[in-house]
Parts: sequence; C-alpha cells; structure tokens
Amino acid sequence: MAAVKPRVKVPKSASAGEVITIKTLISHPMESGQRKDNDGNAIPRQIINKFTCEFNGQMVFSCDIDPAVSANPYLEFTAKVNEAGSFKFTWVDDDGSVYTDEKEIALK
Amino acid sequence: MTITRRSMLTLSVGAAIGVVAGVRSGPAAASAEDAMAKVMEFAGGSEPATGTITLDAPEIAENGNTVPISVSVESPMTDGDYVESVAIFADGNPSPEVITFNFTPMSGEASATTRMRLAKTQNVIAVAKTSTGQVFMDKKEVKVTIGGCGG
Repeated sequence: MAAVKPRVKVPKSASAGEVITIKTLISHPMESGQRKDNDGNAIPRQIINKFTCEFNGQMVFSCDIDPAVSANPYLEFTAKVNEAGSFKFTWVDDDGSVYTDEKEIALK
Repeated sequence: MTITRRSMLTLSVGAAIGVVAGVRSGPAAASAEDAMAKVMEFAGGSEPATGTITLDAPEIAENGNTVPISVSVESPMTDGDYVESVAIFADGNPSPEVITFNFTPMSGEASATTRMRLAKTQNVIAVAKTSTGQVFMDKKEVKVTIGGCGG
C-alpha cells in the first residue's frame, strides 16, 4: 500500500472564542470489502474506522467511519478556540495502524 | 413433445424472467426497512422530529464513488445542551451505515462535511441526537449515474 499521508488545514491564529473550520484529508484506499479481484475472490476490507481530534488533550470531535466513506477520506468540521494550543488528529486503521498529525494555533 | 412456435415462446419468456430475477437478487443491498431499523436503533426509541437538522447532498451525483455530503444542526452547543452525535445512513448501499460524527461543546458548531459512496439512486438519511435527548432527522434523495461500490 502506498504510504498513508495525513494532511490537515488549521488556521494559524484565531481570536478567543472563535469557531474555526478544520479540514482533513488522508490518503487511504478505503477498501470496502465488497469488491472482488480478477479471480473472483473478495478483497478483504481495510478502512480507516475511527478519527479523533483533540485540543490540548480534550476531545473536540470524533467519528466512527464505515466502508461507505469514499477513498482518501475527507473530513471538515469546526472547533471552538478559547486558548492557544495544539490540535492532535488521529486516524485508526482496520489493521491497527494509527496515523497522527499535530497543528499549533495561536491567539490573535 | 414437439416444439411448436407457441411452446418455444413460452420457454424463452420463462428463461428471460429467470435471468432477470437472478441478476436482481445478486448483490445483497440494504433495504429501506433495514435503514429505518438502524435509524430507530440510533434514535433509541424516540420518534425523530424533522427540522433543526439540515442535510446537504447533491440532487444528482454523476460518480457514486465520491458524493459530497454535509450536515449541520442548529444548537447552542453549550455544556448543558449540545448535539452529541449525528449518524448518516444510506438505504440502498450494501450496508446502511455511512458515518457517525460525535460532537462535544468544544466543537462550537454541530456541522461536518465528508464524501461518501453510493451504490445506486437512493435516500440518504441524517439523524441527530442531542444531550437533552431530542432526536432530529433529515432525508435527501440522491440520483446516481455511476454506482460506487465496485465489484
């Protein structure tokens, strides 16, 4: 499998109490388990089944993902920023691998 | 038995019906009832109300492999009253579950966007559950030109 590369877009700074939009994208085939290879054998399911976003160790947003989500899953959500700190993003693969990314945000 | 024109016709019609039926029952697709059962399970017994939640999906999706959908719920998002989770279901996919978003008061707004697969033209259903126990639902039909489940 090609290297899984997470990409996250977070504003560099925000004013206190502002609600910001976060966009995330991760390269992943999201094999649904429904497809068959050329010999007619089912290709086993391998997807990212969980995503979480934490801010300074506190849970902001998470989601449980099923095979009906497209390849290279894209997620856009919001977060309320009251203080400067760092966002931690985690993706959990069916095979147990965990991909993470971190982004800092400053106060205006 | 001699094969007359009439008996030949009956035979071929029968065969044609058999073939069509065989193709139809091929991939196991979730039915609308399955999807509604999942919605009710998620709702936890309470009847989902309409309004408050908005599901945004294209009317026609050319490619069922990546259909952008977004959902937003009106909510104050305070510690006492916020949207706990929003689940998306599709009633014509091999399995109805798509994604479940879990929000916290730190989310600021209960809105999220993603891209999903749709096997064929079908209804997409979004159900929201708030911390105060209210359940809201919205439904959109999406027409799909090319299905997105491979196989």
